[in-house]
Amino acid sequence: MAPPPASRTLTQGPAGGAAASAAAGAWARWSSLPALWRAASLALFFAVWEIAARSGFSYALPSFTATAAAFWEMLADGSLGTAFAKTLYPLAIGLAFSLTVGIAGGVIMGLRRDVEFLSLPIFIVMQAAPMAALIPLVTFVYGIGLTAKVMAVVLLAMPVITINSYKAVRNVPPSLTAMARSFMGTRRQQITHVILPAASPMIFAGARLGVAEGFSGIVLAELLITPTGVGDLITFHRSVANFAHMYATIAAIVAFAVIAVSLLQRLETALFRPEKRSQR
Amino acid sequence: MTLALDKVPDGANPPAATPAASPPIITVEGVSKTYDGGVTALSGIDLAFPAGKLAALLGPSGCGKTTLLKIVAGLLAPSAGRVTVKGRPVTGPGPERAFVFQDFALLPWATVLRNAAFGLELAGMARRQREEKARHYVAEVGLAGFEDKYPHELSGGMRQRVGLARALAVDADVLLMDEPFSAVDEQNRRKFQEDLIRLRELENKTFLFVTHSIEEAVYLADRIVLLSPHPGRVSQVIDPDIPRSDDVEAIRRDPVYLDIVDAIWRGLRRYAE
Amino acid sequence: MTVWGVRVPRMASLAIWLVVWEIVGQLDLLMLFPPFSAVVMAMGDVVTSASFAEAARITLGAYAAGLGLAIVAGVGLGLLMGLVPAADRLLNMWVNIFLSAPLSALVPVIMILFGLGTPTVIVTVFMFAVWIIALDTRAGVLHAPPSLMEMARAFGASRLQRLRIIALAALPEILAGVRLGVIRGVKGVVIGQLLVSIIGVGALFQLYSQNFLMAHFWALIVLIFAFALTLADLVGRLETRLEYYAGARHG
Repeated sequence: MAPPPASRTLTQGPAGGAAASAAAGAWARWSSLPALWRAASLALFFAVWEIAARSGFSYALPSFTATAAAFWEMLADGSLGTAFAKTLYPLAIGLAFSLTVGIAGGVIMGLRRDVEFLSLPIFIVMQAAPMAALIPLVTFVYGIGLTAKVMAVVLLAMPVITINSYKAVRNVPPSLTAMARSFMGTRRQQITHVILPAASPMIFAGARLGVAEGFSGIVLAELLITPTGVGDLITFHRSVANFAHMYATIAAIVAFAVIAVSLLQRLETALFRPEKRSQR
Repeated sequence: MTLALDKVPDGANPPAATPAASPPIITVEGVSKTYDGGVTALSGIDLAFPAGKLAALLGPSGCGKTTLLKIVAGLLAPSAGRVTVKGRPVTGPGPERAFVFQDFALLPWATVLRNAAFGLELAGMARRQREEKARHYVAEVGLAGFEDKYPHELSGGMRQRVGLARALAVDADVLLMDEPFSAVDEQNRRKFQEDLIRLRELENKTFLFVTHSIEEAVYLADRIVLLSPHPGRVSQVIDPDIPRSDDVEAIRRDPVYLDIVDAIWRGLRRYAE
Repeated sequence: MTVWGVRVPRMASLAIWLVVWEIVGQLDLLMLFPPFSAVVMAMGDVVTSASFAEAARITLGAYAAGLGLAIVAGVGLGLLMGLVPAADRLLNMWVNIFLSAPLSALVPVIMILFGLGTPTVIVTVFMFAVWIIALDTRAGVLHAPPSLMEMARAFGASRLQRLRIIALAALPEILAGVRLGVIRGVKGVVIGQLLVSIIGVGALFQLYSQNFLMAHFWALIVLIFAFALTLADLVGRLETRLEYYAGARHG
């Protein structure tokens, strides 16, 4: 089919192709780099930070060392752990929902033309549009409780997961399904033995993007809706001009998100990609 | 649009002269294929293929040779006409036919052994049984020792051998091969072609394969169906009479081989760009 | 559904959803959705208000500035990473981290560094858009056929000429990156203004939600979504045009 320009992304690799492979490749590249380069890369970033802070660029930019100290302090007094636990609860619920419904929905969309016709436009809109704008509306209706936060996560995470699962199914090489057909495979066998395994790399890429978006959603919700968890820690330390602590909290949640996404990829390789394991 | 028959040298008999020892295993009667866009890929094809022989569909691109093969396989439905295999009309894929794909169509996440056993896996055969069988055919196509490798660790030629083992393992009477050697480099292609000749002696199967290489068709096939393009029609059927059993090296020096290659090329050169 | 071409049925299915929306709204099934007709009505109100014109001006200005900076910096960074292996090794990891990180969490930092105003929104747009542009540019440079470089050298092209050839060869990937950057930038401008919340559409959202103007809120969202989709569509068209010439490279 010849897609119209707005849906071009549909036929061209995973949504935000480079983003998917970026998250995907980050860990692999990281671990394949020589230790020296890894160290240099980290050192460069922290050195730039340290110098920028000491140069007096802004009163609100604490040095890297001060931030690291604040991080250890918050880790030791348990405030960081408590905040993370509070933040991760709605995030986990939202991601569990987004992954189950999103992957199932996307796969069905890829398999059935009628479902595709009905629901694809909605997901194209949701993926290209700034869904974050809906977060205040959700708060407006559902108040400041758990529901609103879970919905914030789902709103941001689910579209990319669904679209990627859909594209993954549609991008399965036709010769593989023809092969299953030629060997008398039933439609069910075609799906379980060929389509799903062949689609799984791109489905996982979408899942990783979705998890990253989910982190964005929960942080936004906590900053916009009501300060709890990590959002509370950020807002509080900002209000008392405790900038090192605020930076440390933000760095911690960003690092946590990046590590979670990388771990997801290792999990995928370990569980589902035997051909990649044997390469090592 | 038929090639001049009188140019075909001695040793290539018209099909009628071939002693019809066995009834044809594949018959194609009045098959036409028009795609949704209105492109006519095949028009009025009538063909018959004897059992136990190796036949080639040869022609320039656009002649519909792959379409015809897929119709015989039951992967495509003809717009008109019918195909029978072993006397039964083809309505879809069947257990008496197995397909070898141009791009190999191997599962990248499965080992050589599992790929070779995949047809049997779909048929519901128990694991131990199907792996034993697959192991036999993996060895027969010359891949013993590679059972636990993954497709990306193999060369193109080796991958296609896996595709061949998978097709052999399901015990089909007819092997349908879609340009099986086109993605294989030259040395491996020659080796593979020699192996196929040996394999044909060993396995009592009927082979039907698509190729765009004149040399390959003449080297391998007992019957060559020449198709002309736009729309695809049968322009000529040639049965080369080249002895293949004694020395496969000698085939390419056989004067009959050289004459037929030359005659076909003279007929086809007008389709070259 | 490709029977009548793709465009018509796509719209048709969206129309079905609008009807569903209207029904849900009329029957008060979900508090979240006022009737679509009410949203359309409110849209007139929103568009004609003076505060909308002001918000649109600020938003578009910040967006254009942030995206412009991101394109310049992103392409530059991508060229650097594609051409200088050492730079790639040093920076690649960080570009990848920023690409998959929850950037919303960084907005509070941007806010205290750049103040509660347009500069913060500009920087947010920049942060959302720049990394994907850099990474796609880098990919474009690395995918440029080596024979092209050998050709340039063989014919004695100068350093600057070679750089130009590389940049042109990488153009399809650069444009793909820009298209994704455009979409991400819209998300950035919305998130930035939501968090700053005293300027542009952020202030409008604040106004509508404080006064419980659901239909107005939705009208603004529909307008922003339409803007985002139109923009993505336009860049997509531009990309198709340029791929026509770039297609020569893929045969």
